[in-house]
Amino acid sequence: MNPFKLAWTYFRIGMMNELQYRVNFFIQLLQSAIALTTGLIGLSLVFGQVNNLAGWSRAELLAVMGVHLLMGGVIRSAIQPNMERLMDDVLNGTLDFALTKPADAQALVSIREFRFWQLTDVLVGLVVIGVAVAQLQVRMEVLQVLAFIAALIMGAIMLYCVWLMVTSIAFWVIRVNDIVNLFEGLYAAGRWPVGVYPDWLRTGLTFLVPVAFAVTVPAEAMTNRLTPETMLFAAGLTLMFVVLARGVWLIGLRSYSGASA
Amino acid sequence: MKRYIDFYLSSMRISILQQFQYRVANYFYMIGMIAEPVIYLVVWSTIANQQGGVAGGYTPGEFAAYYIVWTLVRNMNIVFTPYGWEWRIRQGNLSMELMRPMHPIHNDIAYFSGWKFVVIILWLPLALFLSWVFKPTFDITWMEGIAFFIAIWGAYLIRTMLLSLLGMITFWTTRVSAIFELYFGLELILSGRLVPMTLMPQWVQNLSNYLPFKWTFFFPIETLVGTMFIQELVAGIGTQILWIVIGASILNLVWRAAIKQFSAVGG
Repeated sequence: MNPFKLAWTYFRIGMMNELQYRVNFFIQLLQSAIALTTGLIGLSLVFGQVNNLAGWSRAELLAVMGVHLLMGGVIRSAIQPNMERLMDDVLNGTLDFALTKPADAQALVSIREFRFWQLTDVLVGLVVIGVAVAQLQVRMEVLQVLAFIAALIMGAIMLYCVWLMVTSIAFWVIRVNDIVNLFEGLYAAGRWPVGVYPDWLRTGLTFLVPVAFAVTVPAEAMTNRLTPETMLFAAGLTLMFVVLARGVWLIGLRSYSGASA
Repeated sequence: MKRYIDFYLSSMRISILQQFQYRVANYFYMIGMIAEPVIYLVVWSTIANQQGGVAGGYTPGEFAAYYIVWTLVRNMNIVFTPYGWEWRIRQGNLSMELMRPMHPIHNDIAYFSGWKFVVIILWLPLALFLSWVFKPTFDITWMEGIAFFIAIWGAYLIRTMLLSLLGMITFWTTRVSAIFELYFGLELILSGRLVPMTLMPQWVQNLSNYLPFKWTFFFPIETLVGTMFIQELVAGIGTQILWIVIGASILNLVWRAAIKQFSAVGG
């Protein structure tokens, strides 16, 4: 079973489901606008006091905010819904239905849900990034754009891996819903470049919840701060996270004993 | 009156026992919540340091004090959410609560105030940890301590009224999430949750004086962190009481109209 074909099928089903409820698009748009407005107010309060924050100018921080919005949209449309369903399935014993299907179980539990309207945040994020680039008044070279896209993809993969590992804890402790809140809190830290945080927090945001790589590094790619070493390091770390997540998932699965179904 | 007191005491006892069972889950929730003030704190201490030690009248140590007290006030501010009201109305669980010989809001208030005792106990180690990391500067008098204790319960009651009113919009329309988000956005800016109100432009500060939001965040925090005269403390708590009375009266009016509207079955 080709996992990409399978993912495409689930994506289409998810999309068709959501397209039935078009008003939700406008509600989602309104919510994105509220999040954007409060973010901009925060920025303007900061720049009412200073003209740079830890070396980042206003336009550069706007770019960080854009990437943060965009990645948040990716998480809420594709990653979080799947992981929440996985938590429920482990809790209720209904994961049986996924495990008995003739496809790789990890791939299957990662693609079953898709919230199309949450992509509104991706759209809003892209607009914010566009405005930031215009304000930065730098020409983005092709290589820079490629580095930006690569950094985004690697960041998304790392975030997915962390989500999967954290969700896999459910195999042992069953109730992990509150971890969602913990993760959201930590992801909110990505609104600002990780360089502003004290060392211990920055380390956590780099290796435990790789917000640094998901948001700050792509923003660095746009603002001419990215070194080839950082990219290489990100690639290595992505690979490590993928292997680690696979390991945790497989070990966790062994502890699963279908409760009902 | 006696039956109300008995009811409140029993509900509180039940919720303390229940929530203590879920202490790990409670802790995850609280740690997740602490990320928010830590972010604000780090950003504003950075700004204060960049400006030679003060931003908007606050030193890094005072920002630390503000946002550490913030964590307790925020936890006190957790009430039955509008999303809970939405669920309760849409699913018809309210029908069951209407059978009781008491307004359902009493159960909400009692249950969540019991929970607060668990939250405060769990909060203490977190506060110690944050104080150890961020080195807040405090200068607390007995008077301020007492005022703070009253003010956090005042904040709890004001926010209960406000969020219940918000949740009751669900009686008329089921598309409420955007309205809720709008409210939380306004509250974030106008309450002192995002930054101390003194950092806001003057017109925002003036506006916030006439709204209930600041009495649920900025005022209780400032009783402990700022320096206030006793007159200011008393006037602040008086304003809180005023907002509680206003909130309760509107709630009562809206409730009477709403309950005629309610048609869901189930629960």
